[in-house]
Parts: sequence; structure tokens; C-alpha cells
Amino acid sequence: MKILFIALSGLIVAQPTAANPARDAILKSFASEAGVSSFSAAAGKEFFQGTHQGGKPESPSCTSCHTKNLRNQGRTRVGKVIEPMAVSANPNRFTDPEKVAKWFRRNCNTVLGRECSAAEKGNILTYLMSQ
Amino acid sequence: MTLWNNVKLAAIIITVAVLPQNAAADGPGIGKITNALTAEECSACHMAYQPGFLPIRSWRKIMSTLPDHFGEDASLSEADRTKIEKYLVRNAADRNGRNPRFLRRIPASEVPLRITEFRWFTHEHGTRLRNWAARQPEIGTLSNCQGCHRGADRGWFDDD
Repeated sequence: MKILFIALSGLIVAQPTAANPARDAILKSFASEAGVSSFSAAAGKEFFQGTHQGGKPESPSCTSCHTKNLRNQGRTRVGKVIEPMAVSANPNRFTDPEKVAKWFRRNCNTVLGRECSAAEKGNILTYLMSQ
Repeated sequence: MTLWNNVKLAAIIITVAVLPQNAAADGPGIGKITNALTAEECSACHMAYQPGFLPIRSWRKIMSTLPDHFGEDASLSEADRTKIEKYLVRNAADRNGRNPRFLRRIPASEVPLRITEFRWFTHEHGTRLRNWAARQPEIGTLSNCQGCHRGADRGWFDDD
């Protein structure tokens, strides 16, 4: 029993972020829209940290405003603070589906000049949840 | 001199010191945003500028071009967009037929979109001050009222 308890605690500690039903539901809806069963944090990282074309020249990357370290605060183009994107640093992130939809729509348009696919959004979200 | 006289004297000094400045400023009269949705949505990327900064026609234009909002996609759901536009129009500088001084020299055919380009703004923020502010990383841009006016979001700009 004791061993089982220790093993379970280890599992909980190993989890990068606390599970949140609202956030899981958002991820699930991306999965069903994209027709996949899981997402790739590595692909999300490449997308988030990468440089894109087709959007505004002032913001060619997600990191233009959010910075490369997701546990840090970012800054909008007009100087306002953006709270950290990493769920570990900001546990309320990605728990409001409308907010998530609004910001993916806006920011994908600004950075890429198009909306992101459900697969891209799922990968990004998975990456941000792992941080 | 009694304490009461001291208080009266202080009140007079403060009145004399403050009144002429306010009267000289031709800028808009600004308060606090009282609509929660407007305050929340418009302050996501920048300070939520009070509706009294712009005339009705400017707010209508801004609220109908949100997908390209000064180069940024600031689109909203149609329901929220309509509610916010209603609040901004109802509290705009020229609401209820008002004709504030800072709008008088702008022809009705012109739709001013940038608060920082109004004459009262460039007058109160001279070239040297503007150049200095642009070099301060903590201020970054003149759109960042709170970079200097800490209480700007509550309508307090007379702290300079």
C-alpha cells in the first residue's frame, strides 16, 4: 500500500501541469476537429518558436510578443504586459474556450496572415501545457 | 491664524494652481470607463482609451475595422462588438450634440483615428518630450498613456 502511494505521488509530481477539465475539453475539441487522437508538443514548439511569413512584418513569430521563455511575461506592440503562456507559470491559461478561440483567431492572423488549423492549435496548446 | 484659516488658504492655493492649467488644456474631458465589457476587451493589448477621446464617427470606423486594427487583428464576436460600439458612441466626445473645442478644427469629412495625432495632444506632449518618451523602454510608445500617467485608466492625466 505504501509503495503504491509513493508510486502514485511520483506520478503526480511527474505530471508537468495539473489536469484541468476545461482545458482538456478544449484540447479534445481540437483533436476531434483535426481527426487525431493526440498532439505533438515538439511540433507545437517548432511552430511557436519559429518564424513565419504572410502576417505582419512587426510580428513574424509568436515569440515577438510572448518572448522565447514562456514562463516569462511578454509585451504587446504597444507595451502592455502579457501574462506568461506556460500553464505551469499561469494555471488559469486555456480554461475559457471562447478566449482561446478568440486569441488563436487574432494571433494566427497577425503572425501568419491566416487562421491556424485545428492540428496546429492542438500542437501549440500541448506545447504550452508542457511548459 | 486658526487651523481653519490654514485649510482655506491651502484650498485657495490649490485652486489657483490647478484651475488655469485645466482651463488652458483644450483636450477632451475624460473619466473612467464604466462598461465592464468595454474595459476588459479594449484593455487586452493597450490601455482602454476613454470614449471621450474621439468623436462618434471615429468610434464607428474603429469598431467596423477591428480585423485590421492599426495592423493588428482585434476582431470580436458580433455580439460583443455591437455592445462595445454602443457604449463608445453613447459616450463619445460629441455625444448629445456636444461640440468640444478640440474637435472644432477637424472637418466633419475627416475621421480622426489616432488620439496621438490630435493638435491638443501634440501641443501638450512637445517634440522633445515625445522623442524622450519613445526612447524609454518602459514607455515604448506614446499610445502607452500609463507609461507616464499612472492613473490614466481611471481618467487621471493631470499628474504631469
